[in-house]
Amino acid sequence: MKVLRTPNMERCIGCYSCSLACARNVYKSLSWKRAGIQIRTSGGISTGFEARVCLACQPAACAAACPTGALRQRPGGGVFFKEKRCINCAECSTACPVDAIYFDPVRETPVLCIHCGRCVSFCPHECLEMVDTSKENQ
Amino acid sequence: MNNNFKVIVVDIGTGKSSLEYFDSRREWLGGSGLAAGLFSHFGLPDEDAFHPDQPLILAIGPLTGYFPLMSKTVLGFMSPYNNQYSESHAGGRSALSLKFAGYDALVIRGRAKKPVCIGLGSREVRIQDVHFLQGMDIFKTGKKLRNLKPANPGHRSILRIGPAGENLVRFACINVDTYRHFGRMGGGAAMGAKNLKGIILSGDSHLDLDADIRKEYTQVYNDIYSTIVQSGAMRKYHDLGTPENIIPLNELQALPWRNLQSTYDPDVEGISGEKFGKDLLLRQVACAGCPVGCIHIGLLRERFAEEHEYIYRQVSYDYEPIFGVGTMLGVKTGPGVLTLLEDVEKTGLDAISAGVALAWATEALQKKIITRDLTLADLQFGDVQSYREGLAHLTQQPNEFYRTLALGTMKAAEKFGGEDFACVLGQEMAGYATGENYFVSQALGFRHSHLDTGAYGLDQEKDSRNLDKSIKYMQDQEDYRILMCSMVGCLFARKAYPKNNILRALNSLGYEYNESELDECVEKIKYHRWALKFKTGFRPEDIKIPSRYQEVTTWKGRIDADYMHNLKQEYQKVLQDMARKHREKSGEAP
Repeated sequence: MKVLRTPNMERCIGCYSCSLACARNVYKSLSWKRAGIQIRTSGGISTGFEARVCLACQPAACAAACPTGALRQRPGGGVFFKEKRCINCAECSTACPVDAIYFDPVRETPVLCIHCGRCVSFCPHECLEMVDTSKENQ
Repeated sequence: MNNNFKVIVVDIGTGKSSLEYFDSRREWLGGSGLAAGLFSHFGLPDEDAFHPDQPLILAIGPLTGYFPLMSKTVLGFMSPYNNQYSESHAGGRSALSLKFAGYDALVIRGRAKKPVCIGLGSREVRIQDVHFLQGMDIFKTGKKLRNLKPANPGHRSILRIGPAGENLVRFACINVDTYRHFGRMGGGAAMGAKNLKGIILSGDSHLDLDADIRKEYTQVYNDIYSTIVQSGAMRKYHDLGTPENIIPLNELQALPWRNLQSTYDPDVEGISGEKFGKDLLLRQVACAGCPVGCIHIGLLRERFAEEHEYIYRQVSYDYEPIFGVGTMLGVKTGPGVLTLLEDVEKTGLDAISAGVALAWATEALQKKIITRDLTLADLQFGDVQSYREGLAHLTQQPNEFYRTLALGTMKAAEKFGGEDFACVLGQEMAGYATGENYFVSQALGFRHSHLDTGAYGLDQEKDSRNLDKSIKYMQDQEDYRILMCSMVGCLFARKAYPKNNILRALNSLGYEYNESELDECVEKIKYHRWALKFKTGFRPEDIKIPSRYQEVTTWKGRIDADYMHNLKQEYQKVLQDMARKHREKSGEAP
């Protein structure tokens, strides 16, 4: 299965089109935070941009931490999320080692990248890419 | 759709804030219309710009964040430059931050006893003492404010002023997120008078997209996004950016050089967009919500010791700042321009006005109207070091000359002489010596900006000296620009947002306008804005177009002084008529 990678973040111009696309198409929201991919700065715009996004761990620490099985390992990396099984504990968000799960305080559910790739075409600088993990290290 | 505007009113004098709702969304639209409406409600038209309760209004619009390039914020305020109601516009992350903080507008009233910073989010209004930032430059202030409020990196906007704003230079700007500005008409001084050093807008909340609009909205979004990204309609703004106009305008003999003593210089290559792009461009960045990325950052390398010791600076450049501190001051090298722009940025001056002010001072010094005792620096066209000193004096105002120049170039010219060559058209001119239509348009324009009507485009058309055509052009352009600035869109996106696309976008979100209803709203906003400008003291008949503008030669030959005079007379009448109609309809006293 393919996963979202961010190989060219040096090219990022900070337009937030990826975050807005994820929020709009996946999370049915207008937001730059309620998105599986978040664009951050550290020290202002002069230092460039960083994407906070699921790195598609195998095994995934968030799935291991989830007490109810709402998050399950996805083949190829990352996780599946079943909202019906979520008890809103936010353990996944705490467990993620790269801070890629935003726990939405309003909906009380995790917001994370589901590796659907719907953000990719909205990036004007090809910073993002869908990659087949089985071929990634070849 | 919720029809109420949600406005947060922060009084930094009392330390109290209130949420207010206005049910006038249909008439005021947002942005420019909303700011004018709020100024009518909160403003003190008979009082000075520095009256403590004079409001500073930041307003966004119905399309902010929802569509690409709907990325601008309107500042509505009483301008300290001319004591009239005015607007200034900026991007950066300000618009999306205010949107995601959950407000349509922020109104700031009162004057703090010591320098303060406002922190605003969806669940936060904090007025924090920042007296320790007094006198600190724009970049250091930005760093301190980021540390002061570390939450939400990447999802907030930091507005601040530098020493120029604190010292009430009437053309001080408000810096937005390091590289953007509420540049013109003295917003920085308006903040300085309030002892307001900074504003941190945290975009920390979300909006759900209702199921009944989602499909249509997504379709319209995708259509507009494709137009912007795939059609190439806006590629030029990303590629070389606005400086691509330097060589073409120079070739047209329409680029002001050395205080508009000339409109052409054969030695232009060193500051051309092409030269910047090839040698100095470090990268481009974007305003939040804009996939174009027109903000060009140049690399300025500076040796600071005998050995190979360097520091580097990242300086944003555009056509207008290159004109302001480049051609207008006779500076012909990219590093020279970036050096001056870095100084302008640090102190928080408006690059255009500061450059034009020093250009006038240079010519006045050359002509011995003023002396070196007044200018302190030996201002000479092309001499970067002398202008670095001049910019510092303009900010610090060590003597009567600089105290007066900090009020505006024409104020200094009235006092010291040289009014005929003060390049002021309502405010210091923008970089277009294209002809009569532009000169009249900036002189009488609502915010005395090249963006009021874009009349530099008309000057380049055939049959451009035609009164009826010109008045119609300026009116049509103003109508469209008011509509865009009420949404609030970037004016670079004009090709992506013809009126029918704006209408489609509004309809897709559930705002039920048809074209004639939208036209009616725009007309009302236009009349309302002009009425405010007149009410706060605008007298177009008093605006002078200095004789320097009659001496200009462009590719069309000499300026036609009679046509320029007649156009000004005609345009004045149109503006007076609009203000009168608004008064009659609203029952306001003149």
